[in-house]
Amino acid sequence: MKKIEAVIKPFKLDEVKEALSKESIAGMTVSEVRGFGRQKGHTELYRGAEYVVDFLPKLKIEIVVDDAKVDTICRIIGQAAKTGRIGDGKIFVIPVEHAVRIRTGESGNDAL
Amino acid sequence: MRNDRAKVVFTVRRRLAFAVSALAVMATTALLPKQSWAEDAPAVPGYFSGANTDPAKPTWPDPTGGATGVWATPAGDAKGDVPSTLSVADVYDRVAHNLVSINMMWVLIAGFLVMFMQAGFMMVEVGLCRAKNASHTSAMNFMVYPLGCLAFWAYGFAIGWGNWFNGPVPPGWYASLGPGLSVLNSGIGIGGDGGNIFTYGLMGTKGFFLGSGVTDVSVMAMFFFMMVFMDTTATIPTGAMAERWAWRNFIIFALWVALPYCLFANWVWGGGWLAQAGLNWGLGHGAVDFAGSGVVHAMGGFIGLAGAMVLGPRLGKFVNGKPQAIPGHSIPMVVAGTFILAFGWFGFNPGSTLSGTDLRISFVVVNTMLASITGAIGAMACLEFKGLKHDPSMLCNGMLAGLVAITAPCAFVDPWAAALIGLIGGVLVVYSVLFWENAGIDDPVGAISVHGINGLWGLISLGIFANGAYGAGWNGVVRDEFVKLYGSDGVRGLLYGDPSQFVAQLLDAVVVAVFGFAMAYVWFKLSDKITPIRVSEEVEYEGLDIPEVGAPAYPDFATHKGGRSMVG
Repeated sequence: MKKIEAVIKPFKLDEVKEALSKESIAGMTVSEVRGFGRQKGHTELYRGAEYVVDFLPKLKIEIVVDDAKVDTICRIIGQAAKTGRIGDGKIFVIPVEHAVRIRTGESGNDAL
Repeated sequence: MRNDRAKVVFTVRRRLAFAVSALAVMATTALLPKQSWAEDAPAVPGYFSGANTDPAKPTWPDPTGGATGVWATPAGDAKGDVPSTLSVADVYDRVAHNLVSINMMWVLIAGFLVMFMQAGFMMVEVGLCRAKNASHTSAMNFMVYPLGCLAFWAYGFAIGWGNWFNGPVPPGWYASLGPGLSVLNSGIGIGGDGGNIFTYGLMGTKGFFLGSGVTDVSVMAMFFFMMVFMDTTATIPTGAMAERWAWRNFIIFALWVALPYCLFANWVWGGGWLAQAGLNWGLGHGAVDFAGSGVVHAMGGFIGLAGAMVLGPRLGKFVNGKPQAIPGHSIPMVVAGTFILAFGWFGFNPGSTLSGTDLRISFVVVNTMLASITGAIGAMACLEFKGLKHDPSMLCNGMLAGLVAITAPCAFVDPWAAALIGLIGGVLVVYSVLFWENAGIDDPVGAISVHGINGLWGLISLGIFANGAYGAGWNGVVRDEFVKLYGSDGVRGLLYGDPSQFVAQLLDAVVVAVFGFAMAYVWFKLSDKITPIRVSEEVEYEGLDIPEVGAPAYPDFATHKGGRSMVG
């Protein structure tokens, strides 16, 4: 099992979700996050004074899948979330030790 | 002209409309008072002159309004008026009562609108501060109303308006809100007749706690209207000093602010030495400030400047001397507040005629509206010209700047001049905000620029653009040479032949800026010894809501970005 964590532009969520549902993923978790990457946010003007928006709003998607699906899903997210401009985000893949479906007590791959 | 027209009305409609005909009679006597007040003319009834027929039993104060003319009643029960038996004098009595009623209604309604401006100020200031201080900022805007009113009731009204009736007025003038205002007749000053008529009035001394001597219907109307005006001044500094002002220090400020406000109001509106500058020093009509660009707005703005200086900037506002932006948390709230203020201003300016029968109110309304829109447009054009985005908070400041600027000249200028005054105000506010930021003064909402700087511009613009059409005999100044030249001595500025009025306005502007700033600076320094003026660094980082007033504005939301970041 692997967890795929993707930090994407908020307005790309629907496209990513639709693309993923075609691939019959079993579920996903989304959270609103803020952060910066190599550009360190961007500069704005407010009442004449410059300020740096250092933490930009992003969405973080978490999906836990069977090892075999990891490459496909990463590819799909990468395609759907891409604009080609700065700030498109990143995808991380993390090994998962264990999983339990709370309702039934199933565990491992059965719980996904 | 007015006399002739009135007589025609009187003869044609005599049988049909007693009220109209009597109004005409009244117009001939009250509105052309020079004739009726000449020594050989018959005396005007006490309800215009405020005179007492029997000094042993004074008519004023008049707690029911019953002595102010006669309340017309229909003859349904045979006790009321029977038109065929009424003399002209009887009708006059009834119309006089009606006249004061119309004036009082107008002033009260206008005052209700001004009171509602408190909500506008609250929304503008809260919207421009951060979410973590929203509860504290709104609480200041709220409590300044009860605390300020308490002080105004206790001592402010007496200082400001206690000698109102002895101020300089033109011949034949009468109190539009009713003769009861004649009880506002004692004060302190220099020179004069040895009584309460001074060459240089300094302050009033009658009406503390609205005590027994002033329990009069007209005094109450005046008290209410002037109270809601003062509240505007009182709430301006809460914007300039937002997000770092300690609550307890704010409380004693709110009880104190009536002192400088009412002293200065006395000098300009209460018949004091600035109003008398025309009579004493030949400076036009003395300081003319129709609805308070100086008395209300510049005073509030310069108190705010002193407060912002004594407090110092918010933590994180300046990094190595460079101003940092600290965005407000709700721009829609700022815009809604600005609309409420613009709406309330239709009470602020037109109500300041103190008369609903002074038809100049329609000019005042239109001038107020034109200056407000050109103010917003001026700010937008200025931002565009400087290559900046059209920041809505700045556009709102622009509209308010136009409104503040037109407040003094609104009754005295042509619509084109009102539009120009507002436009300049809108441009001025953008440069002023940038100026104070770069000068190291932290004013989160732009109150110093909107109210202080544009308040001064309002006073000065009157001295330039006043066209002489209105305000004949203002502050008791009737100069023969002007009457000969123009037919009447209205208030006129630099462009219309009276440079001395411009000097009077400059004097007014300098005095309000210096007096307001100095009084407030000393007060804030002193009050800091009583209870600290600034919250601790820790409280400021956390946000003032919970430590200072115990209630977060938005408990269901994260209002911090965390850490020591200033923004958010």
